[in-house]
Amino acid sequence: MEISLLMVIFSAMAYGAGAVFVVGFLARLSKYAKAPSPLKIPTTPAPITNVGVVFRLLGDVILFKSLFKGNKWTWTGGIVFHYCFLLVVIRHLRYFLYPVAGWDMGVMQNVGVYAGIVLPIAVIYLLMRRTTVDRTMFVSSLADYFALALIFSIAVTGLLMKFYVRPFMVDVKGFMYGLVTLNPSAPPADPVFLLHITLVFTLMAYFPFSKLMHAGGVFFSPTRNQCDNPREKRHVNPWSPNLSA
Amino acid sequence: MAKAKIVVPELTGKIEIPGIKEGATSGLKSHIAKEKDMVALGFPGELVPDWKEKAVERMADLLKKYRSLQVFMDICVKCGACTDKCQFYLGSRDPRNMPVARAELLRKVYRRYLTLGGKVFGPLVDAEELTKETLDEWYTYFHQCSECRRCSVFCPYGIDTAEITMAGREILDSIGYGQKYVTEIIHKVYTVGNNLGMPGPAIQSTLDFLKEDIKETSGADVEFPMDVQGADILFVTPSADFFASPHVESLMGYAKVFKQAGISWTLSSHASEAGNFGMFIGNFDVKRKVANRIREGILDLKPKRLIHGECGHAWRIAYSFWNTLIGPFDTLDPKYPAPQHICEFTLDLIKRGALKLDKTANDEFTVTFHDSCNVARGSRMGDRPGGQFEIPREIIKATCNKYVDMNPDTIREKTFCCGGGGGILTDELIDIRIKGAMPRMQAYKAVKDSNGVNFLALICAICKAQFTKILPYYGYDMEEVGGVHQLVGRAIVLKGKEGI
Repeated sequence: MEISLLMVIFSAMAYGAGAVFVVGFLARLSKYAKAPSPLKIPTTPAPITNVGVVFRLLGDVILFKSLFKGNKWTWTGGIVFHYCFLLVVIRHLRYFLYPVAGWDMGVMQNVGVYAGIVLPIAVIYLLMRRTTVDRTMFVSSLADYFALALIFSIAVTGLLMKFYVRPFMVDVKGFMYGLVTLNPSAPPADPVFLLHITLVFTLMAYFPFSKLMHAGGVFFSPTRNQCDNPREKRHVNPWSPNLSA
Repeated sequence: MAKAKIVVPELTGKIEIPGIKEGATSGLKSHIAKEKDMVALGFPGELVPDWKEKAVERMADLLKKYRSLQVFMDICVKCGACTDKCQFYLGSRDPRNMPVARAELLRKVYRRYLTLGGKVFGPLVDAEELTKETLDEWYTYFHQCSECRRCSVFCPYGIDTAEITMAGREILDSIGYGQKYVTEIIHKVYTVGNNLGMPGPAIQSTLDFLKEDIKETSGADVEFPMDVQGADILFVTPSADFFASPHVESLMGYAKVFKQAGISWTLSSHASEAGNFGMFIGNFDVKRKVANRIREGILDLKPKRLIHGECGHAWRIAYSFWNTLIGPFDTLDPKYPAPQHICEFTLDLIKRGALKLDKTANDEFTVTFHDSCNVARGSRMGDRPGGQFEIPREIIKATCNKYVDMNPDTIREKTFCCGGGGGILTDELIDIRIKGAMPRMQAYKAVKDSNGVNFLALICAICKAQFTKILPYYGYDMEEVGGVHQLVGRAIVLKGKEGI
């Protein structure tokens, strides 16, 4: 096996970013999980059974129900953006799987490409909304634009490869598959491809330190994940369980 | 200091989303707490010299104790869904009153001192030093929030600004930068037993007066028992019901309901306050110390049931927090919910035909109902989600012939705060209270114009005090404000059959 500089640099970046993402993400979640909820604070009306709570959470995670109540324009942009992102990620599974699962070929590939085209448009829509309403403009800052810019660049470099400067796909797959099988090889020396994955690694490493933690964090939101049954079942504050008086 | 002229928003019947006006209410500042009140609550008497370190320490401590705070500090994406939802933003146009911007006051300090990214990248990731200026902004804007939770309904992650405001106020208290109004009142509860500072004999004389008043006007003997051992029901209500108008009208309504139900009940001179301003400053121990008087009242008087009067934040405390703070209620009869809201109790009687109500007694009124924020979004009534919306309305409809709801975007879970909740019901904040009441006043005007509404029915002592004061600024009569049990009290036919 030939060891090249490109291989060393990009494998190190991949594993580094992957580790930061996984460890960082789990560390944040564990912080959320460990912090106790001293009181019952579901936003009511709230479900009165645990099954109801699961449906409420799924409604927010899958359908963005609260946001739908809040702002239809943002909801539309948010739904399109997130589902396109998800479809694009699913489409990319073919670079990591061998053999590629049947469901990930054919239609899924086409759907993923369409989603990839819509994704940067959705980003621009969200950016426009952020900058044209004086209220969101007031609260937006570098970090908000950075996240949008990063995802936009990832999408655009991806589309460039799909439609204009296609790298040699066998080499792409070889590199990606090598990474997941812990048998790294050199990436194709294609500048657009290398830029694309560098941006992805940046996003992964940035994730746990940023507002992107809303993915995952939402499951720990007490106003959404608590059951409305304080009279029926006594909720105990773990750091102050008993009356001293 | 020269008083700035208060500009009352114009009533059009519509709620428009205004453009931002930076610093619009930056000058509206609540009075600072007195040393004696702060010390009585266990806080430093004045701003401590090392406030910066102490504030960050307290914040770190709260992040470990409250999952809500930890999660809410991290996961906001600034989508903007909350930006047009707060009554204080809509009324004041000050962008710091947008929930996301209010929370950002705390978040920027959190990032700077307590996150890796903030320590390394500083301003690039919106991390900022805690300066005296920021501290003052905390004080100002955490006292322009009523902890009403309206923003949390629309947030895709359920971020609840009430939790953030409570944390902000708790940090401020811990460094000796408390608010006069709330600390003074809690101190009164500690020493006298209730928010109004009414000792037992003063309450007793009000009760005697009410008894005589009902006797004179209706000829009926309606009792207002106090400190009776072994009564079926211990009734706990905000102390404003013993003193303020129109609150006292509802107190007469409760007494009449109990009389018609033929159930023995009692007030307690010790547990003479349902309200719990500990909630407004967030501090768990203060909350529990205030609530503990209720537990002591139960242990002393040995009732079978615990029933709660008309009050919004108090019902949230009672329904959602009492069991944690002072439970379990082992000595009460497990057949009944503990605590039970007076509206749950009254509607049950109405449904069973135990109350005779004459709707024509309220024919002079066309009634609408303002859902109190804490009842709507922080509690429940009955055994189904949303019972807190249906039960009071069912009672009202049983007591009058003309009822109409306000704009659906301003009621139920989307209700606006009256503008005076959460510890800001104090004279020096009258300007923000008027501005915060604007959305409710617009919706009220709309039903006045379309349906001739002339009675704003309430189930909260703070709402009652706030609207009584605010309505005249908007050109309406303060007499239009009243309690749900005021309507019940007027409609109830006292000479009907007693007992159930």
